[in-house]
Amino acid sequence: MNLSEVKNRVVITGLGVVAPNGVGLPAFTNAIKTGTSGITYHQHLKEKGFSCCIGGIPIISEEKKLAYLSPLQMRGFNSTSILYGCMAGIDAWKDAGFSIDENSELDYDSGLIFGTGTSGIEKLREAIYKIDDQNVRRLGSTSVVQTMASGISAYLGGILGFGNQVTTNSSACTTGTEALLLGFERIKNGKAKRMLVGSSSDSSLYTWGGFDAMRVMSYKHNETPEKGSRPMSATAAGFVPGSGAGALVLESLESALERKATIYAEVLGGNINSGGQRNGGTLTAPNSEAVQKCITDALLDAGIKASEIAVINGHLTATSKDSLEIENWTKALQRKGSDFPYINSLKSMVGHCLAASGAIECVAAVLQIKEQFVFPNINCEDVHPEITALIAKDKVPIKMMEKNIPILAKASFGFGDVNACVLFKKYSK
Amino acid sequence: MPVFSLKNIQNKMKKEEIILKLTTIVKPYVQNEEGFKNLNEDTDFINDLEINSANLVDIILDVEDEFKIEIDNDSMEKMLSVKATVEIIQTKINA
Repeated sequence: MNLSEVKNRVVITGLGVVAPNGVGLPAFTNAIKTGTSGITYHQHLKEKGFSCCIGGIPIISEEKKLAYLSPLQMRGFNSTSILYGCMAGIDAWKDAGFSIDENSELDYDSGLIFGTGTSGIEKLREAIYKIDDQNVRRLGSTSVVQTMASGISAYLGGILGFGNQVTTNSSACTTGTEALLLGFERIKNGKAKRMLVGSSSDSSLYTWGGFDAMRVMSYKHNETPEKGSRPMSATAAGFVPGSGAGALVLESLESALERKATIYAEVLGGNINSGGQRNGGTLTAPNSEAVQKCITDALLDAGIKASEIAVINGHLTATSKDSLEIENWTKALQRKGSDFPYINSLKSMVGHCLAASGAIECVAAVLQIKEQFVFPNINCEDVHPEITALIAKDKVPIKMMEKNIPILAKASFGFGDVNACVLFKKYSK
Repeated sequence: MPVFSLKNIQNKMKKEEIILKLTTIVKPYVQNEEGFKNLNEDTDFINDLEINSANLVDIILDVEDEFKIEIDNDSMEKMLSVKATVEIIQTKINA
């Protein structure tokens, strides 16, 4: 066999998460098993005139921040996306069995791809006000690194001492799942042994404002925040904004076995594509044909049959597009009614974490495989009739289920008509 | 018996006071604790304290806030050591 054709198997050996309903892996695992919502009311949104005054913001004490960032890094620090990304990334790296040491030897076999949308937007606001006030010199040294898109990968790269590729990707709400697949390809093709992948998104009204203006966020649950995020529900009224970060350590199976690392799951394969804003696709709406092709191409890449998928973790934001997404899954998998896999949406508990959604949801997907359960869809007692016309009602579980999951499919779709689908498998030799 | 002019004594006290304030300002940026312990007039920010060169602009902003002065670009470039910084601060205060 030609050596260049040898493809590495890729496994997941570490997880880290900063989510509105749980900061850190144990808290998050417990929250998704018990169907705990992280959505709360925010008076500052009300005061600024937002229609939607609820959202998902991770709760982090000042003391906790200092466990991840040094006093020097915290000086003039004003970027929640970098904070969340560093916390999730550091946690994942430690979870994989590595230590954090600022004097560690440069590791050319490890890299990172950590995505974001608009990063450090509060810091950017600070800078804009100073410049408009003719005070550009007062920006100091902290403005650039906290507002550049790659701020998050730059911070993490230095903290962890990685010598392989260190970069940031950005593809709207597909970002996190795309980062995972980019890291997967890199290890599969022998360019790296380990890739820390993930994505993060700011907790900021400046990130959320544009969506409020587009009227795609729910304004009907300001009095009942925990009921606000209702993917697949007949009473879904738009998404609820969220924020946070998710991180996963991908590793070649060879390296993981050599280190005797804990293996959460195997990444079998996946696909990234775009609908080109043709055939019904626009900047903000998906081209269904491309969505279906993304899923079928992911199956081909993973070398599995549609019938092998036990659970789907969907994109499912709680907008009018949820039933279209279900229809696309039924067509791509050629499975419907009671033959359809179980499906859930993490957004019912954490809202739509935008650029961070893919990574946080991939962490939730992998936890389901590792611990063999299906987390509940909260706020979905009234499944939308367009959805029950396609799949059996019990395929949308509203209670946590213990279940043997051999293979799980995770997909994310984003503005710009971009799609990503990945297939995770329970690890076995 | 040596004779000091009053002005010299005032300047000397002023210098020590400035160094004390400067020590507090540079502390968070210091990467070499040994160098910081031995901080004196001849201490160089980058060589002795291993301060990241990007942080020098932050130190200058902190100095401006502490002493309520404004430091021009030419002076900034010279502020690489305790001695040079104290001299610039003194000049600006007395200006």
